[in-house]
Amino acid sequence: MATFEEQLVEHRVYLMRFARLQLRNEAWAEDAVSETLLAALSKPQSFGNRSQLKTWLVGILKHKVIDLIRSHAREVSLPDHGADDEADELDKLAFQADGHFASPPGDWGDPQQTLAQSQFFKVLDACVERLPPALGRLFLMREWLELSCEEVCKELSLTPTNLYVQLHRARLRLRECLAIHWFDQHTH
Amino acid sequence: MAVMNIQSLPLMRTCRQAAALLVAREDRTLRLSDTVALRLHLLACKACPQFENQLLTMRLAMGRWRNDAGEAQRPDSQDLQQPD
Repeated sequence: MATFEEQLVEHRVYLMRFARLQLRNEAWAEDAVSETLLAALSKPQSFGNRSQLKTWLVGILKHKVIDLIRSHAREVSLPDHGADDEADELDKLAFQADGHFASPPGDWGDPQQTLAQSQFFKVLDACVERLPPALGRLFLMREWLELSCEEVCKELSLTPTNLYVQLHRARLRLRECLAIHWFDQHTH
Repeated sequence: MAVMNIQSLPLMRTCRQAAALLVAREDRTLRLSDTVALRLHLLACKACPQFENQLLTMRLAMGRWRNDAGEAQRPDSQDLQQPD
């Protein structure tokens, strides 16, 4: 039976992974995870089992991460982008002048079959990591921190239009990465 | 034949517009007129439902990733190259 401290050390790897991806800054990620572990160390008797501990740690980490984003908001905010950026990304989908797909989007098949493959999640993980830092942060504020668009705009002082353009861009990049590195090779 | 009929409707969207609405739908509620236009387009189009399925796959995958990606990650994945 692992001691409480040993359990925390095991969870640290997991926590660092998310903190790195979300913050895209090694020092901030270390800070967020260290503060999370310290918070747990201050109340070792309050966790019944491993999964309760993990859930609690992730919850605390999310709060620490949001605090860090808030305190570094100026460094992580994005320059304003025009609507042209959205057009650029959409054109990567290869539309003809009449607005139709030049070549149809690939058939990704049954999502549940995809989700059943652990190898797919390694590719997904790598594709999330490959998003440029500013886009990756925004995307994970929605997808990992599960903040609403209003909350993301508030934390980063973005206009909704700017946020939507950036999220749009992030989703299309992720789509493209998954298509190239997974679906083009696993479906026909 | 459906394509011809739909194209004559004032609500018709091109695939380009439909794809933009499908992506936008991941983050915000569409206006009712856009929702209707999108539904009609998806009924008439072969390509856009594939795109819709791609976005659905991503949405489901992110949900799963959020909850247990860390379980699947072994420490050896830590040295994946960081961008920048």
